[in-house]
Amino acid sequence: MIDQLNQVLRRCPVWVLYLVGAVYPAWLLYLGLTGGLGVDPVKALEHEMGERALQLLVLGLAVTPLRQRVGVNLMKFRRAIGVITFFYVVLHLLVWLVLDVQILGQIWADILKRPYITIGMAGFLVLLPLAITSNNWSVRKLGRRWRILHKAVYGAALLGGVHFVMLVKGFQIEPLIYLGVIVLLLILRLPVRRSSPQRA
Amino acid sequence: LAAMARPAAAAEGDLKPNSWEEITSYNNYYEFGTGKEDPAQNAHVLTTKPWSVKIDGMVDNPGDYAFEDIMSKMTVEERIYRFRCVEAWSMVVPWNGFELADLLNMAGVQSGAKYVAFETLYRPAEMPGTAYKVLEWPYREGLRLDEAMHPLTLMATGIYGKPIPNQNGAPLRLVVPWKYGFKSIKSIVRITLTDKEPPTSWNMANRREYGFYSNVNPNVSHPRWSQANERRLGGGLFASRKPTLMFNGYEKEVAGLYEGMDLAKFF
Repeated sequence: MIDQLNQVLRRCPVWVLYLVGAVYPAWLLYLGLTGGLGVDPVKALEHEMGERALQLLVLGLAVTPLRQRVGVNLMKFRRAIGVITFFYVVLHLLVWLVLDVQILGQIWADILKRPYITIGMAGFLVLLPLAITSNNWSVRKLGRRWRILHKAVYGAALLGGVHFVMLVKGFQIEPLIYLGVIVLLLILRLPVRRSSPQRA
Repeated sequence: LAAMARPAAAAEGDLKPNSWEEITSYNNYYEFGTGKEDPAQNAHVLTTKPWSVKIDGMVDNPGDYAFEDIMSKMTVEERIYRFRCVEAWSMVVPWNGFELADLLNMAGVQSGAKYVAFETLYRPAEMPGTAYKVLEWPYREGLRLDEAMHPLTLMATGIYGKPIPNQNGAPLRLVVPWKYGFKSIKSIVRITLTDKEPPTSWNMANRREYGFYSNVNPNVSHPRWSQANERRLGGGLFASRKPTLMFNGYEKEVAGLYEGMDLAKFF
């Protein structure tokens, strides 16, 4: 079954992922403009982009363990997953800046004074150089340093998970599950015992 | 006094009520889930008949008061109030209800009482959200006695002339329009007169963020949200923020209650 899945994945061109990733926010914007996002379309859009970005971060982190431990190969989609993640983080940020907070002075105060926003913004800044270097030229140019640089996504994922945990009111399970999955995916990478790639 | 409350509020000219749809499909009622749409989806299973409210503590006539008996003695009127959530969104709601003071007078408040404590129904079988300890159930709120007796303080039993829907706190809930929405406790089953400041749910969950008073105050910033302005819901994707008014626009009526108090300290 995994072989069949890999065959389907091999046949699926990467641009399909980019297309879906671009159409989805446009579809949400259309819904928001036509009353399809409920009573508070601003928050709906903000939350949707943030949560999708977090899910894509998790998916991106899962590519290597999925290949090593399950045998599912998503490797060729990894860059697209990363780029769309960043795109959604930017949209999440833009919705917050332009539609939600709106007031420039307050945006800066929010970043400095509200820890969950400080952390979210830090996550964005960590992702920024990774997005900029997500092209073949940078990979060639940076060589070994590219791999090291792109390990920063581990930090960004943790920051994103913590951002979600901190922003909810009261004791809520969902953000803890996200953070737990992120931590688990990072633990799988610890070089305690090198598992052979062919194990599955 | 009741008559004075309305023109003062209406004079602001920004009291166009939100639609029934908006008011009843976007709620914070964590006993039915933490999502804004969860209460509208889940609260229909709540049994609100029969319903009684236990009034106890420092009152002359303690006891379980049947909802119908309370209603037969109260005068219901419409009050169009601003509703300001601590999350910095707001609505305007045309409530129907009676003054809490009338209910408390019926129970006979004893002279030593200083505070009023409220409790929401806790019925896990009908409240899926209580499966998680998002807050310590039952939900609790409280007011100082003079706040509770204030003519603006309402026990709401309806919206737009219809019985209040379950997701909005059926069959009766508190409405304190100059405080953040979470003070306006829903589906009340118990009212206790006491001489001590009662514990309140959000204050118990996070003392630093939610004070006992929780008056709407644009000058006191909340650790999560600036309270300087708000998003009035119903304006769509591009509605601009509007400044939050001191005491949510009811300053003239209620500022006197807090004379001499440092509102940054007693937030």
